[in-house]
Amino acid sequence: MSESKVTLRLSGLEPLIVTPESNFVNVGERTNVTGSRKFLRLIKEELFDEALSVARDQVEGGAQIIDVNMDEGMIDGKEAMVRFLNLMAAEPDIARVPVMIDSSKWEIIEAGLQCVQGKGVVNSISLKEGKDVFIEQASKIKRYGAAVIVMAFDEKGQADSYERRIEICERSYRILVDEVGFPKEDIIFDPNIFPVATGMEEHNNNALDFFNATKWIRENLPGAHVSGGVSNVSFSFRGNNVVREAMHAAFLYHAIQNGMDMGIVNPTMLEVYDDIDKELLEYVEDVLLNRRDDATERLLDYAETVKGEGGKKREKDMSWRENDVRERLTYSLVKGITDFIEEDVEICRQQFERPIEVIEGPLMDGMNVVGDLFGSGKMFLPQVVKSARVMKKAVAYLLPFIEEEKQGGRSAAGRVLMATVKGDVHDIGKNIVGVVLGCNNYEVIDLGVMVPPEKIIETAINEQVDVIGLSGLITPSLDEMVTVAKEMERANLNIPLMIGGATTSRVHTAVKIEEHFTKDQTVHVLDASRSVTVVESLLGPKKETFVKELREEYAKVRENHTRNRAQKKLLSLADARKNKYDINWSDFTVKAPNQTGLHNVSVTTEELLPYIDWTPFFRTWELHGKYPAILEDEVVGTEATKLFADAQEMLKTIQTENWLTHKGVVGIFPANAVEDDIELYSDNGEVIHTTSTMRQQLQKAVGVPNIALSDFIAPKETGKTDYLGGFVVTSGIGIESKIAAFEADHDDYNSILLKALADRLAEAFAEYLHEKVRKEIWGYAQEESLDNEALIKEAYQGIRPAPGYPACPDHTEKIGLFQLLEAEERTGVSLTDSLAMYPTASVSGWYFAHSESKYFGVGRITREQVESLANRKGYSVEDMERWLSPNMH
Amino acid sequence: MKKDIRDILQDRILVLDGAMGTMIQRYKLEEEDFRKGWFEDHIQPLKGNNDLLSLTRPEIIREIHAAYFEAGADIAETNTFSGTTIAQADYGLESAVYDINYHSAKIAREVADEFTAKEPNKPRFVAGSIGPTNRTASISPDVNDPGFRAITFEELVVAYTQQTEALLDGGVDILLVETVFDTLNAKAALFAIDEVCIKRGIKVPIMVSGTITDQSGRTLTGQTTNAFLISVSHMDLLTVGLNCALGASMMRPYLQVLNKNAPFGVSAHPNAGLPNEFGEYDETPEMMASQIKEFLDENLVNIIGGCCGTNPKHIKAIAELAAQYKPRKIAVNV
Repeated sequence: MSESKVTLRLSGLEPLIVTPESNFVNVGERTNVTGSRKFLRLIKEELFDEALSVARDQVEGGAQIIDVNMDEGMIDGKEAMVRFLNLMAAEPDIARVPVMIDSSKWEIIEAGLQCVQGKGVVNSISLKEGKDVFIEQASKIKRYGAAVIVMAFDEKGQADSYERRIEICERSYRILVDEVGFPKEDIIFDPNIFPVATGMEEHNNNALDFFNATKWIRENLPGAHVSGGVSNVSFSFRGNNVVREAMHAAFLYHAIQNGMDMGIVNPTMLEVYDDIDKELLEYVEDVLLNRRDDATERLLDYAETVKGEGGKKREKDMSWRENDVRERLTYSLVKGITDFIEEDVEICRQQFERPIEVIEGPLMDGMNVVGDLFGSGKMFLPQVVKSARVMKKAVAYLLPFIEEEKQGGRSAAGRVLMATVKGDVHDIGKNIVGVVLGCNNYEVIDLGVMVPPEKIIETAINEQVDVIGLSGLITPSLDEMVTVAKEMERANLNIPLMIGGATTSRVHTAVKIEEHFTKDQTVHVLDASRSVTVVESLLGPKKETFVKELREEYAKVRENHTRNRAQKKLLSLADARKNKYDINWSDFTVKAPNQTGLHNVSVTTEELLPYIDWTPFFRTWELHGKYPAILEDEVVGTEATKLFADAQEMLKTIQTENWLTHKGVVGIFPANAVEDDIELYSDNGEVIHTTSTMRQQLQKAVGVPNIALSDFIAPKETGKTDYLGGFVVTSGIGIESKIAAFEADHDDYNSILLKALADRLAEAFAEYLHEKVRKEIWGYAQEESLDNEALIKEAYQGIRPAPGYPACPDHTEKIGLFQLLEAEERTGVSLTDSLAMYPTASVSGWYFAHSESKYFGVGRITREQVESLANRKGYSVEDMERWLSPNMH
Repeated sequence: MKKDIRDILQDRILVLDGAMGTMIQRYKLEEEDFRKGWFEDHIQPLKGNNDLLSLTRPEIIREIHAAYFEAGADIAETNTFSGTTIAQADYGLESAVYDINYHSAKIAREVADEFTAKEPNKPRFVAGSIGPTNRTASISPDVNDPGFRAITFEELVVAYTQQTEALLDGGVDILLVETVFDTLNAKAALFAIDEVCIKRGIKVPIMVSGTITDQSGRTLTGQTTNAFLISVSHMDLLTVGLNCALGASMMRPYLQVLNKNAPFGVSAHPNAGLPNEFGEYDETPEMMASQIKEFLDENLVNIIGGCCGTNPKHIKAIAELAAQYKPRKIAVNV
């Protein structure tokens, strides 16, 4: 239950709770154009950075509320109020305190109220224009959620006596409480602080009346507070700070004694009460309390004696300026202070050989501190934005020097497109990365927030960017990044993709994004400080190595991830089936194959050459990198080039001397899915074969299906005839005698080379045949036109999963496939005891044509499914378990 | 005439429903589902604009409300989180805002009334969900121009007024200003609600629920929990609370702040834990309930429910637990 008492509670980013114990709330008053000529000049000249420094000085100097006043004829007060409050909101060390919106114009007050998220104070309203206006304004203030200062002012004028003060305050209070329903504790009276010692007799009681009225208000108007502008009291002593500071201190002392609990005071114009010279204090108190008729004269005389001494000023803590310049830079970055940044950067610049080193060294070090603090929750977003701005300022200062060094302006190191993805407004991190990259001579094209994929792609193409950086903070952005990656893939954008933002992770990038974007590399960038290294690596000469290492790393991440996932819960087979991949079969029409039945296929080596995917060939030799770039690779390029030349030579010999014969068989059959099985039919509808597919059982996120290959074939109950194809191809016929010859010659190199080439040719054969199936034999994609690269990327409709691979890990399915296709007779490929194909340069698999069919991994399954499979296929459970053990542990 | 919610709140902890989006995902809806009968020819893609489903697939929304009530929820939130002209502008559907709110409220109202009729001793309530919109009134989206604002208070008031009117027309019992990441946006919503209520001469219970984005204990716009509380305390709220961003256990310290300082009821509807690296929430009902038990043991809340990643199973577990506890005592404002 709530323990707190009803009391004035205000807020900026942090609370300010005014209790009897809090003694006195100090309102900073230097951001007031009517009270500070300097501030007025800054606002007039739109020097907002400096104007903000004034506010920051106030807070650092101890102000608990910041009073902002823009009432000046020469400026647009409403616009200046809005502008300044909005700017202050972006400065966390100012915005932490509540704002006092100070104006005599209601429209400025209301505009100000619309800018503050916290609970501020309106300064002020009064009965000056009558009760109706007063009620209307008070009601609005209540609705905006602010406290209010009420001036002791009514239709007849400003209260200038004790009686008038309490009369107006009481009336105002009753209207606010009884008619408006304004919270008592949110009412603050300003019973008018007027100058004393003016030489006019009627002013002699001004301070005393204020003290007494304050006491009365606190005793008779429950909940209400009392405030006032203290510097008014010393108006007659302008230019004499010693006296003024003493007067302020003494006035405050007595006002607080009487119950004033808030005030507008310039803390730098305030002596400590106990430190006031005793003689001066006596003269001052005589004046304030109107204790002697000659009080004013005595104080004036004393004032003459201290005139011109100015008086000391209280300083805010500037000790950090004494630190080493690097520490000062870090301090400025962390605190978001721009005042000294140029000065300090200049000192650094002279210490380093090249201006860019200032950025790479001390400034980045400082930003790393910011990053760490932010990461550990010790800084929050607005502060980081501010730090970024300091950084930008520092860089702006250094840029001319960098340009000069470049002698006439070398072009940027690269062009980076940055965007926060669609549906997300968070861009702090992205902006920081933008700044950091900009600092490092990259040209940054920032598309802002909520950027749809099409705009990213379009800009990337039109502006010929070198790398794309995506950012996002909320979790749906993760999916949106996947979408962008897919769109980049579709648009054939062969530029790297960087992923960053709070919810992104290396794991997500490796598992969800990287594989969708194959035209270039995807990289997760952990934080802004690493962005430069990453971009340098991606655009520089070491890209291949970098990418190679990254791919290996991500592959490992995926592996671990799969392993971890395996710890996760498995669904019962029935539940997994309920969550099958749901294809809408109602409006599905299948293309009937142009040719059914079995067909032998033969092809020459020459015909297969364009279908070869060379990258895995190099991998066989433990040379990592993508073809053809690998030939230029810094580390392995020479070796790769040599190897490739040898391969070309051998391929020629294979062709001219007919070393290898390529044989294949393909068949397409009417088919329907029955639960997880697929039945294949003869032309007259008899079941000629049943293939049993395996279903994923790992518990998935909501909306993600548990797939089996059978999901891609129309279920029997739909009454629609679908088709399933099967194939076996080999490029290994005739290889044996050649291998034997090489081995006899102890020529391992050529032996391995031939095997590797045969493997590549078999894969090429499978690719070639798949295309032929799509375009001719089945003919469901007759219009398809893809180049080799697209084929390697499998950019076509339909899949050809192979038994023993992730989508159908059950090797025993090969037996049925081979029988169905009469594969051994027709191709010469046989199955070993362990169901490996022989010759090894062979590929077999199924053809699924449905546009939604896709590769997936079955992953871990339960014993229940093993038993079901054994039952369906007529195996003993033990045998089945043996074949499927990799999927059970 | 059913009992006033303020009275019920003194007697027992009320249960708010769980996530709407998480449930909608289960239906695997396609573009056409978001258009059916209403926006067939709309030029922009609408998939993902969940609020539209109250119009195009009302039976789904009905089913979700019923599932939560069935699970033991006392209060259903309308499917109107993005039901403002500001949020709908992304889809070019500003004109649909009244219909979205009116029909969403009506659907929830009907389901609530069915359940109340079946179980009169457990009246069901409808809270009109008022989201933060996708723009912030106190942060600039442009780092180079921190004084810039993509939306003004006045624009927010106009949008929230429209949403409030339509929700009330549709029959909501409560207005719930939720997922407050920028208090200024919430203040605009409260401003609009206050004006509408005065204009109509009615008093509607209001819930406000902020979002503490991370362990810094602050809102996105930098306010501490207590500063947030103070900034919305000018309204006589039914409850003030926290939702989203954090799971139950991480939310606890900030609920303690509200418990200690709020002169209103306190509500909490946390996420089902923190999202994993795929943005999925994988905290089970049991896990979540065991953390919520700590709130209840400490007597921190008056209304408890679930946000992202929660489903009727979570709500059932929470409701069963909440039934065993007395509500937090609400201080009477003097």
